[in-house]
Amino acid sequence: MKKVVRGFYSIAHSVKLCKPNVIAAYPITPQTEIVENLAKMYSNGELGDCEYVTAESEFGAASILVGASAAGARTFTATCSQGLVLMSEVLLNAAGMRLPIVIVNTNRALSAPLSIWNDHQDSMLLRDGGLIQIHVETNQEAHDMVPLAFKVAENPRVMLPFMVNMDGFKLTHAYEPVDLLDQEIVDSFLPPYEPPVYMTTKNPLTFGSYAPPHCYAEFRVTLQNAMMRALDEIEKAYKDWAEITGRYWGGHAVGEYTDDAELVVVSMGSLTGMVRDVVNEMRREGKKVGLLKLRTFRPFPVKEVRNALKNANKILVFERAVSFGYEGPVGIEVKSAIFGFTPEFYSFAVGLGGRDVPREEIVKIIGDVYEGKVEQGFHFGTIKEFEEVVV
Amino acid sequence: MSFFGPGHGACPGCGLTIATRNVLEALEGKCFVSNSTGCLEIVSSQYERSAWGVPYIHSLFENAAAVAAGIELALKALKRTDEGKVVVFAGDGATADIGIGPLSGMLDRNHDVIYICLDNEAYQNTGNQQSGLTPTGSNTTTMPAGELMPGKTGRKKDMISIAVGHGIPYVATATVAFYADLRRKVKKAAEIEGAKYIQIHTPCVTGWGIDGKQTLESARLAFETALYPIIEYENGELTKVRKIKDRKPVEEYLRIQRRFRHLFKHPKGQEIIRILQKIADDNAAKFNLDV
Repeated sequence: MKKVVRGFYSIAHSVKLCKPNVIAAYPITPQTEIVENLAKMYSNGELGDCEYVTAESEFGAASILVGASAAGARTFTATCSQGLVLMSEVLLNAAGMRLPIVIVNTNRALSAPLSIWNDHQDSMLLRDGGLIQIHVETNQEAHDMVPLAFKVAENPRVMLPFMVNMDGFKLTHAYEPVDLLDQEIVDSFLPPYEPPVYMTTKNPLTFGSYAPPHCYAEFRVTLQNAMMRALDEIEKAYKDWAEITGRYWGGHAVGEYTDDAELVVVSMGSLTGMVRDVVNEMRREGKKVGLLKLRTFRPFPVKEVRNALKNANKILVFERAVSFGYEGPVGIEVKSAIFGFTPEFYSFAVGLGGRDVPREEIVKIIGDVYEGKVEQGFHFGTIKEFEEVVV
Repeated sequence: MSFFGPGHGACPGCGLTIATRNVLEALEGKCFVSNSTGCLEIVSSQYERSAWGVPYIHSLFENAAAVAAGIELALKALKRTDEGKVVVFAGDGATADIGIGPLSGMLDRNHDVIYICLDNEAYQNTGNQQSGLTPTGSNTTTMPAGELMPGKTGRKKDMISIAVGHGIPYVATATVAFYADLRRKVKKAAEIEGAKYIQIHTPCVTGWGIDGKQTLESARLAFETALYPIIEYENGELTKVRKIKDRKPVEEYLRIQRRFRHLFKHPKGQEIIRILQKIADDNAAKFNLDV
């Protein structure tokens, strides 16, 4: 049923249909209305036997889900920015313990200076933590990715926390038509969670052992193996999803015009819509430009990225974060993935801290790179003139 | 199968293991354990050598209370509450310092959890560093007695009042010196719905500088000097205290432990001993401990 809803609701509705057992909530802008929507559903008795709890912090919320997940519950929370950073110790621990917690992260900038607005600096900080991370472009995509996240996270071949990244404000606050799922469809895709092992007095097991040097590394090998297996398992889940709903999201990375493009523009998240629009317009003008929409960030889809970029002479990455002291984090990954190829490489960090990215800026950056007017390497997008005081 | 051990690597005379075994036996093993990082976790949860005969989880240093809350919620949601009680074992640092936020959240939401603070009065796993529950005058590696400093100058944090302040149904102190009393309290806590906080005095052989044979003696002296009152609160009311016959001066407790030995020769030692005696006297008056 298509309805015009806000991004928050597209998530909350989907979470409800996944029948989670425990939801832990802590408010933070621009995530809050996701848990508020869930709270309303809980208060009205629409969440069945689900236990909804307001935690004392994001750290507490994530910790509650560690206990609940280990005891065999399907678990959900949403957060972003400082909240995600505060959760990070717990989420990394959950990954090591192989607990399939699902998190929606409404991407927001990091402090200082404080900013409640959107970019990708928060999720990038968790790059190496063992969480599956995907980014969505639209609220329909966000809506669809929630059941998929549970399905993949709880897959016995995977068993990892799954973080769905959606741009704060740009998506969360946006009203968009979303084809809302119904219970029957989600039930047919996502069976109840059956953990391979869980805490029970019937079979008392020890969770969260410590590992001396003689066995620690093997645990980390299994974490890496699970991440790499997730690449295939995510693809399989997308295909199952397409069969049931008719919506195929195109896998880990979706290329458009990449076969004959001289310049391929790489984008992730809600910015992609506008980048696609500009690419399409340049195509109509006869310019050989293509688009690679990166959907999965961890595990990193090397094969798909390599394949999409193999014919490009120039690659341009739109970054929403900076790895300070180096360059944009997506560019770093893309360059690593195409090792051996020798295209010209450009990356631009745009829209940091929610700075508006006007269409003209995208047109100018892509146009200038296409016409060879830009030096290779990392750049910031539109920055005001200012005097930096160095004392 | 035993609920705890064999196979743990605690020191001979360790107070923690005495307390832990008694708690688990009082609950007849029908429980889920959430354990913070620390001595107990390290001596009992090595991969392939777990000493635990009950379902056990260790997540982080500071989140055992929140993890326990999550287990309790999961058991409710999955309709498995009849499997057993949820119990936290956390050290004094994990309780009073680094984990006080998650503990406060768990108590405030009144989860059906028994929170056991194993109070050995310092970060003993890492070798006797000062915590919020380290008593005045104690010599630790992060505030050692020196020419200038007489060990810890602040007070032992009053976690009992903090727990009572949350309005939870049951708060108690206990000691390994009186394990029948300890077991009774755990059984009682298990009968009460809601959050329970029990702080158990558990001497540490290495950190306190006592002989393995002196664990129970030192725990008993802490009680007999009124430095560690054994008390019980139900629904915010003080309902029971363990009375002391012929209360002893604090020196008798201090003298047998290396962590306090400097007080008998340090220029500020007598002042610290006077402060400790005042704490004991105040405890005796506040809780009406003297027979």
